[in-house]
Amino acid sequence: MSTVTFKIWRGDKESGKLVDYTTEASEGMVVLDVVHKIQATQANDMACRWNCKAGKCGSCSAEINGKPSLMCMTRLDMIPIDKPVTIQPMRAFPSIRDLVTDVSWNFRVKKKIKQFKPRPPDAPDGTWRMQQEDVDRVQEFRKCIECFLCQDVCHVLRDHHKHEEFIGPRYLVYTAALEMHPLDTEDRIPELKEAHGIGYCNITKCCTKVCPEHITITDNAIIPLKERVVDDFYDPLGWLWKILRPKG
Amino acid sequence: MATSYETFEYDVLVIGAGGAGLRAAIEASAAGVSVGLVCKSLLGKAHTVMAEGGMAAAMGNVDDRDSWKVHFADTMRGGQYVNNWRMAELHAKEAPSRVHELEAWGAVFDRTKEGKISQRNFGGHRYPRLAHVGDRTGLEMIRTLQDHGIHQGITVHMEWTIVTLLKDGDRIAGAFGYDRERGRFKIFKAKAVVIASGGLGRAFKITSNSWEGTGDGHSLAYHAGAELVDMEFIQFHPTGMIWPPSVQGILVTESVRGEGGVLRNKDGKRFMYDDIPDNYKSQTSTDPEEGWRYTQNDKNARRPPELLTRDHVARCINREVKAGRGSPHGGVFLDISWIKEKIPNAPEHIKKKLPSMYHQFMQLANLDITKEPMEVGPTTHYAMGGVRVNGDTQMSSVPGLFAAGECAAGLHGANRLGGNSLSDLLVFGKRAGEFAAKYAKENPNVQLNDAQIEEAAKHALEPFEHGAAEGGSADGPYQVQHELQNMMQDLVGIVRREDEMQKALENLQKMKERASKVAVYGHREYNPGWHTALDLKHLLTISEATTLAALERKESRGGHFREDFPDKSTEDAKMNIVLKKGPDGKMQLRREPIPPMPEELKQVIEEMSK
Ligand SMILES: Cc1cc2nc3c(=O)[nH]c(=O)nc-3n(C[C@H](O)[C@H](O)[C@H](O)COP(=O)(O)OP(=O)(O)OC[C@H]3O[C@@H](n4cnc5c(N)ncnc54)[C@H](O)[C@@H]3O)c2cc1C
Ligand code: SF4
Ligand code: SF4
Ligand code: FES
Repeated sequence: MSTVTFKIWRGDKESGKLVDYTTEASEGMVVLDVVHKIQATQANDMACRWNCKAGKCGSCSAEINGKPSLMCMTRLDMIPIDKPVTIQPMRAFPSIRDLVTDVSWNFRVKKKIKQFKPRPPDAPDGTWRMQQEDVDRVQEFRKCIECFLCQDVCHVLRDHHKHEEFIGPRYLVYTAALEMHPLDTEDRIPELKEAHGIGYCNITKCCTKVCPEHITITDNAIIPLKERVVDDFYDPLGWLWKILRPKG
Repeated sequence: MATSYETFEYDVLVIGAGGAGLRAAIEASAAGVSVGLVCKSLLGKAHTVMAEGGMAAAMGNVDDRDSWKVHFADTMRGGQYVNNWRMAELHAKEAPSRVHELEAWGAVFDRTKEGKISQRNFGGHRYPRLAHVGDRTGLEMIRTLQDHGIHQGITVHMEWTIVTLLKDGDRIAGAFGYDRERGRFKIFKAKAVVIASGGLGRAFKITSNSWEGTGDGHSLAYHAGAELVDMEFIQFHPTGMIWPPSVQGILVTESVRGEGGVLRNKDGKRFMYDDIPDNYKSQTSTDPEEGWRYTQNDKNARRPPELLTRDHVARCINREVKAGRGSPHGGVFLDISWIKEKIPNAPEHIKKKLPSMYHQFMQLANLDITKEPMEVGPTTHYAMGGVRVNGDTQMSSVPGLFAAGECAAGLHGANRLGGNSLSDLLVFGKRAGEFAAKYAKENPNVQLNDAQIEEAAKHALEPFEHGAAEGGSADGPYQVQHELQNMMQDLVGIVRREDEMQKALENLQKMKERASKVAVYGHREYNPGWHTALDLKHLLTISEATTLAALERKESRGGHFREDFPDKSTEDAKMNIVLKKGPDGKMQLRREPIPPMPEELKQVIEEMSK
């Protein structure tokens, strides 16, 4: 048992402030456990999202000491608890209440991306054949739990608020999963450049660093997409990258 | 006055956006009717996302001896023959097409060498049968359905909760609920309603279920006059995490054992070899070497006893712990790291086959499963019981009210086989959607009743009026919830007894009193205290149903184990327990004979038990 102090952002759409809560923590507790304990004993009306408590659903995203993280996968012994721990909602999205933000923009963006369109089945029984090697890459992208932490950290959205022009790393990963799906026949390259604003990404790799699923968002998804755009159009950053990138 | 609440009108309203709800909504929408979909969390976060191991479908990609008949017989044997045999038949026959359909919608399953969908071994399935994606099959499934569904013209209401169903005479007429964000009341008018609300694990202290698993659908249907069945059968999954305390209950997938993981007690003994039930003897290996070969897909080998059905494995673990042969924190050891004796590169192999288990133990327990054994113990996992439905159409006893997925009952009987839930969601989600659409097309409009709505609204706001000041003397919702969970865990848990359950019934009456008086504070916007207070009614309803049914079944079968009646009874083998709300508002119980199985199906079972 040790005593911890959490400074949790409490507020709504208009305003809010950090409120101090002190409680006892036991071995193995994660940040979400502490938040739940505070909710059950000191602040019944404190809003937070969670479902699986095992890093599988992507609901409990927040900024822990400023770092976008899953609350359920951050053990207390992974962060300094001799000082107060700050818990804030994701800042790239409008606040609803306390730790809950309005992430509905993400759902609207996804709807704008052309859906999967498979080639005709390979076998008479209506099934397809794919080798494991050919699906490994797509499976990496499909690990995404839609926690939106990458969207939260991307400066194009967070600082420059380009929500209307740029779909963000999550949806670049989503597009990559569709484009690299061995069965897919759709072409999403024209809108990637225009409506989906892939050119805004300047490959800072911040998204890759926060991804709890360890998806190599930039190297494996965004850069290959940029290359496809370059092949079809002209995109200075992607072009430069293609030239400078070490081969092999 | 009711008209002042925002009202939506659909032909079909689907409550729940897990696998079953999404599949139902897609099907109904494809039939050309208008569809609304409500869920308590954001889209894609339902319980289904947590499913790990895979979905069972007799495609025969890995072992071509598999067929619907074997799958049917396995499901009936696992359910100890109190299943709805019609559902077991349809499920076994239709699951392969439902899996192929997912692939056509973009799902990317792991592959065999021939490039087909790979299938893995799981407890109680005779052949490798589970289509999977590593150990995140549920995520693949829900995402595929979600990404397909958003283009089908379905209207989704996320983070909305239904608190009562509405009726027009005997017929279903819609539902009443609130949105989380603003706490405003909403009305749905619908000709048909599909409940796909998932499970009820949150009635117990140790569970693999999320906050959503409060049995809402079971309770909504019950209070609307529908029958519940098999409520005594709750699955305690043998392997939940037990240490550190804050992760207690989180699931450790059965695939760990499917990939060769073994259970040992503190003396290092593989205790599962000590107790192999008679009806599984012919299918179970007697030496560890054969068991290992089975996990590596040797067609001539028989399964290791770790892959016996969940009810049995859970009880064996319980026995070891009670006999003082458990692990330091009151469980047993589950070891996958030992396979390094068998295969080169074992750590890489484990990480590839069980990535999220590796990750889960690394992050939450600071333990490397490629090097050390895990500590595990039983956790409340799945409700076999639920809304009683027609096996073909999924309609309940209330006209226009359908149920599918975990909240519906029948397919699994006394014990569900792993992997049979995900396929259940697809097979019966589709059927529910199809028949709900048909019902909506064939029936006239419904009328809403203002008095019902006002009553529901008044009831929903009561917790705010109970001396609501912070620190007041009334119980808080969390207090009652925790006490209920502790009590159900202790008195109606994995091992049951007459006197303890009688005590539970008495306590439930007192808790109902207290629940009707809990106080909440704050305002209506995104107020989890208020929501917890409203969920209490559901938790209490299903706890009472479980306890009553468990008292009535005086035998041990599947997930239901009675210390005072440890054997099976031939009488009880022939009946299901049905619960219904009586005219006096009290829960009524009835024993209902299981309809005789048609000759063809009997023959299948006989053939397969050879
Ligand atoms: C950790 C874990 C692993 C599992 N692994 C497997 C596996 O490998 N294979 C397998 O076959 N099965 C597995 N299962 C079981 C399986 O995942 C579940 O039984 C299944 O996903 C339930 O699906 P569902 O569609 O019935 O409901 P859920 O996915 O639980 O969805 C319920 C939906 O109903 C909504 N809802 C509930 N109440 C209300 C209300 N009052 N108002 C509005 N909406 C409401 C919820 O918000 C949610 O959207 C696993 C379960 C767990 C917990
Ligand atoms: S790499 Fe691109 S998408 Fe990722 S955070 Fe940087 S700018 Fe955003
Ligand atoms: S890509 Fe990673 S960080 Fe982004 S939403 Fe998906 S899981 Fe989260
Ligand atoms: S609660 Fe699911 S990821 Fe944290």
